[in-house]
Amino acid sequence: MQMPTPENTKRILVLGIGNILWADEGFGVRVVEQFHRRYAVPGNVTMLDGGTQGLYLVNFLQEVDCLIAFDAIDYGLAPGHLKLVRDEEVPKFTGAKKVSLHQTGFQEVLSAANLLGRCPRELALIGCQPLNMENWGGPLTAPVRTQIAPAIELACELLAQWGSPAKLRTAPLPQSDRLLANDIDHANYERRGRPI
Amino acid sequence: MGAQTPNGFKLDNSGKRIVVDPLTRVEGHLRVEANLDSDNVICNAVSSGTMWRGIETILRGRDPRDAWAFTERICGVCTGTHALTSVRAVENALGIIIPENANSIRNIMQLCLQVHDHLVHFYHLHSLDWVDVISALKADPKGTSALAQSISSWPLSSPGYFKHLQIRLTKFVESGQLGPFKNAYWGHPAYKLPPEANLMALAHYLEALDFQKDIVKIHAIYGGKNPHPNWLVGGVACAINVDGTGAVGAINMERLNLVSSIIGRAIEFVEQVYLPDVAVIGSFYKDWLYGCGLSGKSVMSYGDIPENANDYSAKNLKQPRGVILNGNFSEVLPIDHGDPEQIQEFVAHSWYKYPDETRGLHPWDGITEPNFRLGPNVKGTRTDIKELDEGGKYSWIKAPRWRGNAVEVGPLARYLIGHAQGKVEFKEPTEKLMKRLDLPFAALFSTLGRTAARALECQWAAHQMRYFQDKLMAHIKAGDTATANVDKWKPESWPKEAKGYGFTEAPRGALGHWIKIKETKIDNYQCVVPTTWNGSPRDPKGNIGAFEAALVDTPIADPEKPLEILRTIHSFDPCLACSTHVMGPDGQEMATVKVR
Repeated sequence: MQMPTPENTKRILVLGIGNILWADEGFGVRVVEQFHRRYAVPGNVTMLDGGTQGLYLVNFLQEVDCLIAFDAIDYGLAPGHLKLVRDEEVPKFTGAKKVSLHQTGFQEVLSAANLLGRCPRELALIGCQPLNMENWGGPLTAPVRTQIAPAIELACELLAQWGSPAKLRTAPLPQSDRLLANDIDHANYERRGRPI
Repeated sequence: MGAQTPNGFKLDNSGKRIVVDPLTRVEGHLRVEANLDSDNVICNAVSSGTMWRGIETILRGRDPRDAWAFTERICGVCTGTHALTSVRAVENALGIIIPENANSIRNIMQLCLQVHDHLVHFYHLHSLDWVDVISALKADPKGTSALAQSISSWPLSSPGYFKHLQIRLTKFVESGQLGPFKNAYWGHPAYKLPPEANLMALAHYLEALDFQKDIVKIHAIYGGKNPHPNWLVGGVACAINVDGTGAVGAINMERLNLVSSIIGRAIEFVEQVYLPDVAVIGSFYKDWLYGCGLSGKSVMSYGDIPENANDYSAKNLKQPRGVILNGNFSEVLPIDHGDPEQIQEFVAHSWYKYPDETRGLHPWDGITEPNFRLGPNVKGTRTDIKELDEGGKYSWIKAPRWRGNAVEVGPLARYLIGHAQGKVEFKEPTEKLMKRLDLPFAALFSTLGRTAARALECQWAAHQMRYFQDKLMAHIKAGDTATANVDKWKPESWPKEAKGYGFTEAPRGALGHWIKIKETKIDNYQCVVPTTWNGSPRDPKGNIGAFEAALVDTPIADPEKPLEILRTIHSFDPCLACSTHVMGPDGQEMATVKVR
């Protein structure tokens, strides 16, 4: 790990969110998984597989100055369209009329961090419009899968702008250090998944 | 048309119908439809949901030792409890025993989840069914301070504290899109708290939000990481090394002491904030005792938190185990998860296909073959259902039954069974709370009763965390640092075929996983989750499930704003397959309401 220098003392969280069990819903998690596997980042940058933790992620947000979040987004775009949303454009709100706490969206996590007075100053949402989110156990669809690499590129540009560039790993990341293990890593999950 | 269900509810599906449908990308999710009579009282309720369509489609052919990692992904809120249930199922199938320390650590993690989930559920979802945020802005901070100090010794209670908070909240509410409390029914006549109590509850909403992040540190410590802690068939994934100084992954004294201090603060918060708040809120809603449903008739709890490792019998489980049927609270019936006649799932009204849909299937023999067919009286189309036909198939949730009976599961079920078993740790606090509220015991059979039982259980669970943490420390001091048994780790040591089950009490109720293993791989895997029990559709005999039963007979003040329906559904802390956080550009409402 690189020691923080005056240029890169910003604390940065790179977060992937989504449910890997619902096809394109898993986009965000798969991006951060691959980003972490391919790139090394300075010590002030944390990469996190946030899954569908919703409100429980608020403490991770409170601790950082800048946030990059990968997620499936619904902006009414063509499937596989990648969109970068910055700062004030990132939606933050809480809906009290939801039926379950398990509907907690990431917007609400941002809103909760905001309410506690400690929301990241700089926000970047790297979102991809999904094609299919109802294929239980299914893979990422082709148009969404092909956006993993461009999403990582976008994140690399942001990290460079924030003075904390990611660098391609010179040696492959050992299995035990990867973000997802126990057969739910992207390759193994899809190799053996049998969508209905 | 009027009709009586076999489990004793009078239904009439004529008249006005309200449809409450969460707006999510995944169709259906948890949708509630209700008919109102001419006095706007619910006379028929229909609960329909999108759960996952069978975890076996994903797990078949995989290594049983990895199943926990998949089930952990079903839901972001229940992660740990699915993982625990999964490793228990595999251990049960293969006859693997775990060390005492592993049992203590698992109990602490499970109890931690209960404390955390109850707290977060109450403050960040359910409290807003009782607390009017907008009204809090009108409160007199001095009055709020006086109220807070009269019910608790919690130090954050000065007039200045509440005044400052009120100013902050006002800014938020006025800031448009940033207002975290938009999309609600503020000003609804069903809100009964005075402004001062509303402000106090809101202050605690924020404090709970801040405090909950400390509680989950326990999962990070014992699970190696959070979110998505690690679990292990045969024990727990963390090693204990008391002399270690920050060795990666190992539990040392510093980590153990940190857990102890978090537990201490959790007990304080629950006793000085959560419980007093529930008592105050309850005192203003004593005439709103709707939502009984099945709670006064048929409840079930699998039991959990084994005192000693590897013994899952009722007498060794600290959370009650058993079933009460048809209001006979003098008899608690025993459960056998392996008996094909006891727990069965039916699909007569679910979007699945069975060879014979008049019969239920035990989870070991469970099948999940989708069959999306609508009843003849449905209104709308297959892709845009305006009104479901509960006479036909109407939900992705199966209908689980215990010996053919619909039952309610969850904290209230656990407390009622503990009470019926005469267990003083459940009986005394319940009776004390009811006495404080000057309500008869039967008032517990209600939406408010569910909310009260959850708060009481949160206190119980926090103290049990302390108990198992002390037990763990005592074992470690005595030189026992074993946390895993790897004798049967290698698949070569397994039989050719095996089957087993694991169960837990998830925060929201009884959770079971059933597994069949063949040639070292998963052959079948079924989860029956708490919200499947509570949110189930009708069974072939017409028995209604807990959500539907709890809504019947509730008066709705304003059919366009059915706050009362959300209040009762929320009291069950429903779990949906978590896949709903897709971001949209604007503040989409989380539920639409249509009145037809």
